[in-house]
Amino acid sequence: MSTSEKLLDVQHVTVKFHIGGLLGGTFLTAVNDVSFSLESNKPEIFTLAGESGSGKTTLSRVLLRDLEPTAGRVLFEGRDVSTIRKRSEFIEFMKKVQPVFQNPFETFSPLRRVEAYLFDTANNFKMASNDRDAARVVDDALRNVGLSLDEVRQRYPHELSGGQIQRVSVARALISQPRLILADEPVSMVDASLRMEIVNLFRKLRDEKGVSVLYITHDLATAYYISDRIAIMLRGYIVEMGPVEDVLERPAHPYTQLLKESVPEPAPQKRETWARHIELGATEVKEYGRIGCKFAGRCPKVMDICREADPPNVQVGQQMVKCYLYSERGEKAAAEAQP
Amino acid sequence: MTLLSVRNLRAYYQTEAYGISRTVQAVDGISFDLFPNEIYGVAGESSCGKTTLIKVISGNIKHPLKVLEGSVIYNFNGYQVDMLQISEDELRRNVRWKQISYVMQGSMSVLNPVRKVIKTFEDIVRTHEGITDKKKFLEQTRAHINRLGLPTDVLNAYPHQLSGGMRQRVAIALATVFQPALIIADEPTTALDVVVQRGVLHMIKDIQAMSKNTVLLVTHDMAVHANVTDRMMIMYAGRIAEEAPTESIFNAPLHPYTQHLINSLPMIGEKTTRTSLGGSPPNLANPPGGCRFHPRCPHVMDECRTVVPDLVTVKERHRVACHLFKEDSV
Ligand SMILES: Nc1ncnc2c1ncn2[C@@H]1O[C@H](COP(=O)(O)OP(=O)(O)OP(=O)(O)O)[C@@H](O)[C@H]1O
Ligand SMILES: Nc1ncnc2c1ncn2[C@@H]1O[C@H](COP(=O)(O)OP(=O)(O)OP(=O)(O)O)[C@@H](O)[C@H]1O
Ligand SMILES: [Mg+2]
Ligand SMILES: [Mg+2]
Repeated sequence: MSTSEKLLDVQHVTVKFHIGGLLGGTFLTAVNDVSFSLESNKPEIFTLAGESGSGKTTLSRVLLRDLEPTAGRVLFEGRDVSTIRKRSEFIEFMKKVQPVFQNPFETFSPLRRVEAYLFDTANNFKMASNDRDAARVVDDALRNVGLSLDEVRQRYPHELSGGQIQRVSVARALISQPRLILADEPVSMVDASLRMEIVNLFRKLRDEKGVSVLYITHDLATAYYISDRIAIMLRGYIVEMGPVEDVLERPAHPYTQLLKESVPEPAPQKRETWARHIELGATEVKEYGRIGCKFAGRCPKVMDICREADPPNVQVGQQMVKCYLYSERGEKAAAEAQP
Repeated sequence: MTLLSVRNLRAYYQTEAYGISRTVQAVDGISFDLFPNEIYGVAGESSCGKTTLIKVISGNIKHPLKVLEGSVIYNFNGYQVDMLQISEDELRRNVRWKQISYVMQGSMSVLNPVRKVIKTFEDIVRTHEGITDKKKFLEQTRAHINRLGLPTDVLNAYPHQLSGGMRQRVAIALATVFQPALIIADEPTTALDVVVQRGVLHMIKDIQAMSKNTVLLVTHDMAVHANVTDRMMIMYAGRIAEEAPTESIFNAPLHPYTQHLINSLPMIGEKTTRTSLGGSPPNLANPPGGCRFHPRCPHVMDECRTVVPDLVTVKERHRVACHLFKEDSV
């Protein structure tokens, strides 16, 4: 398949951060050889889930051209995004790829009224020819998320609740009618009903407007509900990827299994499994620095080989799994370990 | 015995800007009790007033928030505190940290980014308590951190060296060193992955089981309530819609809003379309008359549009504010 048929093509992207003192210190590989792609003619909702601090936001910063990858490249509509230089091209790119950020309080300055951002966006992307038009564009976008211009007018971010401000940032992203929305934790601060409203909206955008969504979330229930495919990240790596039904109904990687078991169910009579105590990784840096599989320190199925070298990517049914349990080498090692 | 008794509490935000005054009726006539040794949940859609309620009962009332009416009375084992009358000085000396700890929404930022965790805590404690024996206090803190299964070297770390989940657990651990009678946690796990969330919530449960104190857990995440709380209230637009043991809220919800909330929860393994509530969330600067839920309610009747429903007890420990239900009707 030629790359021009892809909307987004992420090829072996790696991002290293230097941490520690100016001299010496060490590197943290926040995104490690990540590859996946979205088709151009088949809009989809692709979920990126996994641990807190596993590189999801870092990866989305690369996709938004906010950060240069240390290695690998990102193609959007067939073009390497690192070759976008001219301001006009960049605006064109941003119009098509719109972010919704994790922490809306960082998106909105406390000193500016929130509607100012919406009008700025409408004007920057030339979505309206006059003020009245702009007000309509902004109001439309706000109504898509259950608000209205009347409600947010004159308000500063701190005068809105956490959920309201997040809905405003989704509305802002809709103004330029993008092809791809990168939504980083767009629903983490809103309640169930509104959450369904926002994810149903993503679904509608996909089905009716052909918009693809890269949905970064910790909420596996909504991920299951709206997405087509899912990738699970752990300490910089994608450890499992495939159709959402396969991955979440029959998780193959031990980390995905733990993740699924930890999803609280909205059923008080089923508290037992969830209440079982678990071990948490202490500091990120330690696990990031680990040789071999990053999950080896906590994995109930760990083998010696897991501590020696990176596990390979293995195809299991529709799923890609990065785990020795499914590789030939791992099977051999397990067999040899038997008495 | 009652730990906290809130009666008919009304707290509004009153702002003036460019000659336009705006009143947000964030808490509007709330009455409920908290008892020792329970985990009590507060749920409700975003902007329904959960954080505002917490601000008032924890004594963090700052302009433009104003209490118009009602009472907030604590009984800490005989030590009575009227939260709406107490002086800031007494609050700081005797109540905060010792009797009430409040882990705020977004509390990860409570830790000072350029100071070691333990220093931040010393700063806080110094302003609140006048620690005389610093060594003893340090030992107490270490022991507590250990008891909760956290490595003590987190105390000597800078916040950025810890993961989000660890930061949150440290914030909670530090808030509970003095074994307060009431621990208030506002959305303590919203930004965390479910594995870490599970660890943090387990820790809150462990602390509660150890000290037999009361935990007030605020989150809009119903699945968290299902797994953690004993009793809970469902807030809607500044008022209590329903209050009951958590089991009843999930298995026999009465208020149409609660019913919708329970039915809208997605689950892994099910892809059937979940609808969101029709209509928009109420604007608390100009809320609907009568029952505030009436514009979105599938069972709306005439009286709902004009008469505010009382919160009535329909069966033991189960209260609901809806014209469909009268006292002891279920
Ligand atoms: N600019 C930076 N310099 C150094 N380290 C960084 C930088 N940005 C991120 N990191 C580290 O990279 C790792 C991945 O961070 P990232 O924010 O991408 O995670 P995430 O998956 O989005 O987490 P969350 O689910 O909590 O949002 C973390 O250990 C983080 O501390
Ligand atoms: N400082 C303020 N000034 C004016 N209005 C405010 C202020 N803080 C909050 N509000 C308003 O009060 C209402 C209740 O807000 P509150 O923060 O209590 O909601 P919440 O239930 O905690 O929401 P979330 O789940 O999103 O955190 C909202 O309409 C909000 O916009
Ligand atoms: Mg992130
Ligand atoms: Mg809140």
